[in-house]
Amino acid sequence: MRWLLVKDLQILRRSPLVTALLVIYPIAIAVLIGFALSRGPAKPRVAFLDEIPPGQQLTIAGTQLDVTSARSALCSRIECLPVSSVAEARDKVQSGDALAALVIPRDFVQRLETLTTLNPAQPRVTVLVNEEDPVKAQLVDDRISSLVTEANLKLAKKIDQVGSSYLNLIVRGGDVSLFGQGFEILGLRSAQRILEAIQGELPRASPLQEALGRVIRFARLAAQNLDVAKPLLRAISHPIEVNREVVSGSPPSLDSFAIAVAATVTLMFVTVLLVAGSLALEREENAFARLVRGLVGRTALLAEKIGLGVGVSLVVTLVMLAGLTLFVSIAWGRAPLIVAAVVAGGAGFAAFGAAIGAASREVRAGSLIAFMVSLPVAFVSLVPSGTVSPGLFDAIRVVRALFPFQPALQAMSGGLDAAGPSLGVPILHLAAIVLAYGALARLALRRFA
Amino acid sequence: MAIEVRDLVKRFDGRAALKGVSFDARPGELLAVIGPNGAGKTTLLSILAGIRSQDAGTVSLPPGEIGWVPQQAAIYRRLTVEENLRLFARLEGVPDPGAAVERMLDLTELGDRRGDQVATLSGGNQQRVNIAIGLLAQPSVLLLDEPSAGLDPRHREALWELIGNFAGGGTTVIFSTHYVQEAERYGDRLLVLADGEALFDGTAAGLHAAVPESRARDFEEAFVFFLRERGHG
Repeated sequence: MRWLLVKDLQILRRSPLVTALLVIYPIAIAVLIGFALSRGPAKPRVAFLDEIPPGQQLTIAGTQLDVTSARSALCSRIECLPVSSVAEARDKVQSGDALAALVIPRDFVQRLETLTTLNPAQPRVTVLVNEEDPVKAQLVDDRISSLVTEANLKLAKKIDQVGSSYLNLIVRGGDVSLFGQGFEILGLRSAQRILEAIQGELPRASPLQEALGRVIRFARLAAQNLDVAKPLLRAISHPIEVNREVVSGSPPSLDSFAIAVAATVTLMFVTVLLVAGSLALEREENAFARLVRGLVGRTALLAEKIGLGVGVSLVVTLVMLAGLTLFVSIAWGRAPLIVAAVVAGGAGFAAFGAAIGAASREVRAGSLIAFMVSLPVAFVSLVPSGTVSPGLFDAIRVVRALFPFQPALQAMSGGLDAAGPSLGVPILHLAAIVLAYGALARLALRRFA
Repeated sequence: MAIEVRDLVKRFDGRAALKGVSFDARPGELLAVIGPNGAGKTTLLSILAGIRSQDAGTVSLPPGEIGWVPQQAAIYRRLTVEENLRLFARLEGVPDPGAAVERMLDLTELGDRRGDQVATLSGGNQQRVNIAIGLLAQPSVLLLDEPSAGLDPRHREALWELIGNFAGGGTTVIFSTHYVQEAERYGDRLLVLADGEALFDGTAAGLHAAVPESRARDFEEAFVFFLRERGHG
């Protein structure tokens, strides 16, 4: 047993690529997760533009509220990134430094105070979002909805006190002042007593004009009072209005995005494993030297492997999408764009697989390396901007640019859904990746003989 | 001459694998390249095959195909015998791949195993397929690197008969081997390499004669003594 272990360690020592990967892989994953947990914000980072003049007081239902402490309470729930203008807020969101931006306008407090008057003006906040993918869009919606709902609930309690006093007036009657003029409200209970008295004593034909006149006036005033209460009731149900503005990105539907992710992951594993394994097999079978001594050039061999990967991945992905058609709707009218996305993505993954296969001594090592590299790259590519620290996201950006997963996913999203990103940029990105990994694979093949 | 090699030099990371090797080979000749491990036999054959390039010296080969049979079978084990032959016949650009496959199946006597995956064949039969692929294009020169390594005597005998038939047709055969008796028996001429140097170029009898009779009961002992006497013991 001991000697078997020694033998396996010796073999590992002679496979520097696998050994290096076995050492670097857990360290890289640990560093990545460690950064995400320790440096990444536990709270969403939101660019915060507060246009309320300093020192302004807020009075609702006779209670004075401290605007500064409300601001602090908000910033304890989210990581507020103070900005000085809407343009700066927009930049922060577009660059991915912030998940969203919250703009509180100058007249926010005045509008809040009108909620307890008979002429309420609904306060508005503006939320700027960057919907580069539907998962991120959903995340932003959930966070903002949660914050606004919480603020609305607090305000609704205060406004409810005012609403109750108006309802008491309608039920019990009393005096009310409107536009500087006093009015007497009869109240529903008094009206009931009057009507009961009339009903018991008045002969059917007796015209008690005065009492009836009072009832008619009450009915009219009651209706007017209820009209006044309508906007108040609306304000109670949703005191703060959110004006949502998409800064950039037009995400496809969540279903389309999920299909695109599934298709891209399938495309990645099928193509990378197939091409890496197939190229490494040429070496494992000792056929490589025989092939390249004039039968097939190294570049032609690479082109054949990439072509194999693209062809097989196209078939597999289309079969998978056809299978998905049984459960979800797929826009087959966009078939040419879907095929273009699959071919471009397949070529990117195939070139990546070729580089791994060319650097591997055997099929098992090639497959292992392909799997170990592809999986974390796919995970990293799905991390939305603004959900991790800026430094880590910059590193993620580099990974996304260097590996084919992200552009393949964008191409697939664009192919599947008209609302997705355009295909041009991701296809150009994939073309650059094919050239880069193709060149790396060609270099690696030089030491293959 | 079919092959002319002059002052061939090859270095790996500063270490000289071949140090000015020169020799000739005639059409239809069987030239055995022998020597201890690390002598440069495989390096010499891979340069002749065009897999590696020399650092200095010249190699003159006849026009046409050069057949190459590497030491380890360079065949696809998951393909059948026939599929392997057909694939390489097509890659070689053989005018009639079907006929070439049939010819090789006859020559190697593997007709009844044509549909078997190569992985299921014995080591000897795998080597036959390996050699048959090297012969598909009917080359004027056939290079074999340790063709009988790992084969039992029965398979070795059959293999040399196959190679001998081919040389009889005018093909120049250059082979390396560790079995010096094989070199003595089947080689028309011997090229002895040691540490990248060509120490001897001639017949087996000539090599035997270069060693005092009292020091060698057989050819193998004569070969070992010859190397030791020249500082390669």
